[in-house]
Amino acid sequence: MSIKSAQDEIIAEVSTLNGDIEKILFYIISLGSVLPVMPKAFRIDNNLIQGCHSKVWLVATAKSDRVSFYADSDTAISKGLISLLLRVFNGQTADEIIKADIYFNQKNQLERYIGTKRSNGFAAMIERIKQIVRPPDPPTP
Amino acid sequence: MNYLTTISTLDPALIRKEFPVLQQKVNGRDLVYLDNAATTQKPMRVIRALTDYYNGYNANIHRGIHTLAEKATHAFEQTRETVRSFIHAQLVEEIVFVRGVTEAVNLVAATYGLAFVEEGDEIIISNLEHHSNIVPWQWVCEKKKAKLLVIPLNDVGEIDMNKFKKLLSDRTKIVAVNHASNSLGTINPVKEITRLAHSKGAVALIDGAQAGAHIAIDVADIDCDFYCLSAHKMYGPTGVGILYGRKSILEKMPPYQGGGEMIREVTYKKTTYNDLPYKFEAGTPNIADVIAFRGAMEFILELGKENITAHERKLLSYASRKVGALPLVTLIGRASEKVGVLSFVIENIHPFDIGQMLDARGIAVRTGHHCTQPLMACLGINGTVRASFAVYNTEAEVDALVESLKRIIKFLNSSHVN
Repeated sequence: MSIKSAQDEIIAEVSTLNGDIEKILFYIISLGSVLPVMPKAFRIDNNLIQGCHSKVWLVATAKSDRVSFYADSDTAISKGLISLLLRVFNGQTADEIIKADIYFNQKNQLERYIGTKRSNGFAAMIERIKQIVRPPDPPTP
Repeated sequence: MNYLTTISTLDPALIRKEFPVLQQKVNGRDLVYLDNAATTQKPMRVIRALTDYYNGYNANIHRGIHTLAEKATHAFEQTRETVRSFIHAQLVEEIVFVRGVTEAVNLVAATYGLAFVEEGDEIIISNLEHHSNIVPWQWVCEKKKAKLLVIPLNDVGEIDMNKFKKLLSDRTKIVAVNHASNSLGTINPVKEITRLAHSKGAVALIDGAQAGAHIAIDVADIDCDFYCLSAHKMYGPTGVGILYGRKSILEKMPPYQGGGEMIREVTYKKTTYNDLPYKFEAGTPNIADVIAFRGAMEFILELGKENITAHERKLLSYASRKVGALPLVTLIGRASEKVGVLSFVIENIHPFDIGQMLDARGIAVRTGHHCTQPLMACLGINGTVRASFAVYNTEAEVDALVESLKRIIKFLNSSHVN
């Protein structure tokens, strides 16, 4: 599924919740609860995303040119938020991820439901995902 | 306005009418405001006092001789006298206006602390303290090579008085503790703590942030050397607090900030300082909010402190019973004497998640470490959910909290999260 299709799917799902903040939080938490379990060894400080209100760990792996992510959080809502992003980004190429325009959060007015702090954290998650798949800079001659 | 239904029972329904902010919906539900330890809401008379001041007599105080300046000065000093009476201090010059308890403690640390604490001396605080009553003392100890000692707690979150007695020594210079804990609600035996501090020649500073609105304060009876209050935690505006200081000690202390108002005469060769309390009130103060603060104290006095204490104790008891009976809930802080603060954790559910999901149902609580990180570390937790009560809170609001917690526990357990 493309990045755009995944986002449009999320937008459609959230719109059925009619702006009910409790239902939206329950939806986010439910998605997070089915994230594949992150190996304990990955839950280290080096893998923490900076700028998140809660602890959120993120690791990327690549198979051929497709990237997969492991993620976890110590709070259910942050776990749900990162799981939304993984739904969009998992299985895409690094190039597609770096160039992706993430719009589902604005379309769904996510900040209204999760608050400013978590919204800033959500932006930090997107930034980190793009950063982590970026190829290293070539050595200077 | 008579807020009492009987001689001694408060009428929250009547009281709530005084608080416009409470008459709103949050996320489609009636606001249930249970974050009073963070800040209390303001009655109409306080809000009106602010607009009356700016509409009617805004002027700088103490220096002008025109009518508006006289009126503003008089109103400002009236608040000072009200504070003196409210806390049963002897002298009005013992009341210094600051921005809040944080500034009050910093003032004492930066002046008394740096002037009178020497290398090898000791400053004692408790494990219950807010960061504002820890960090300034850490700075004094670093600068003066003194030691910061911490009184441990017992199992229910009370200061261990036997261990405190063992910490006291001839090197103890300052004992600084809170009157009531913002995280656990524990009310500390500040009179006895002060007596013990004095027995070793130390001064006692009491952080009264969580006491001002909730329990009796009598600095003459406590006999403390410093007492600190924040107006915004006692139905007053933000940006105002008071430092009570014993006159003989304030006189020995060097000034805190330099500038206008705190001087008597300035030349390039030498500057002399103003009398108490103005020596410690440099610059233009927060005039409007000091004036409005008087209304907050009058509101409390009209209700009667003993009635307030009884109302909040009843709410706390009700909430402790109901919340404590929920599955997976552990109450944190079970002292025999508490202000209306209920901290708890729920197994496998992060406090941030609980707070956010309560907010979805219009319920405002505080989550996290509550600016008491060392206390949380000692308790082995990363934070709590804290509901804190005030005069306008009701048992129906506690019921709303309990119902919402039941939903959260049921949902998050069935989701098998974390």
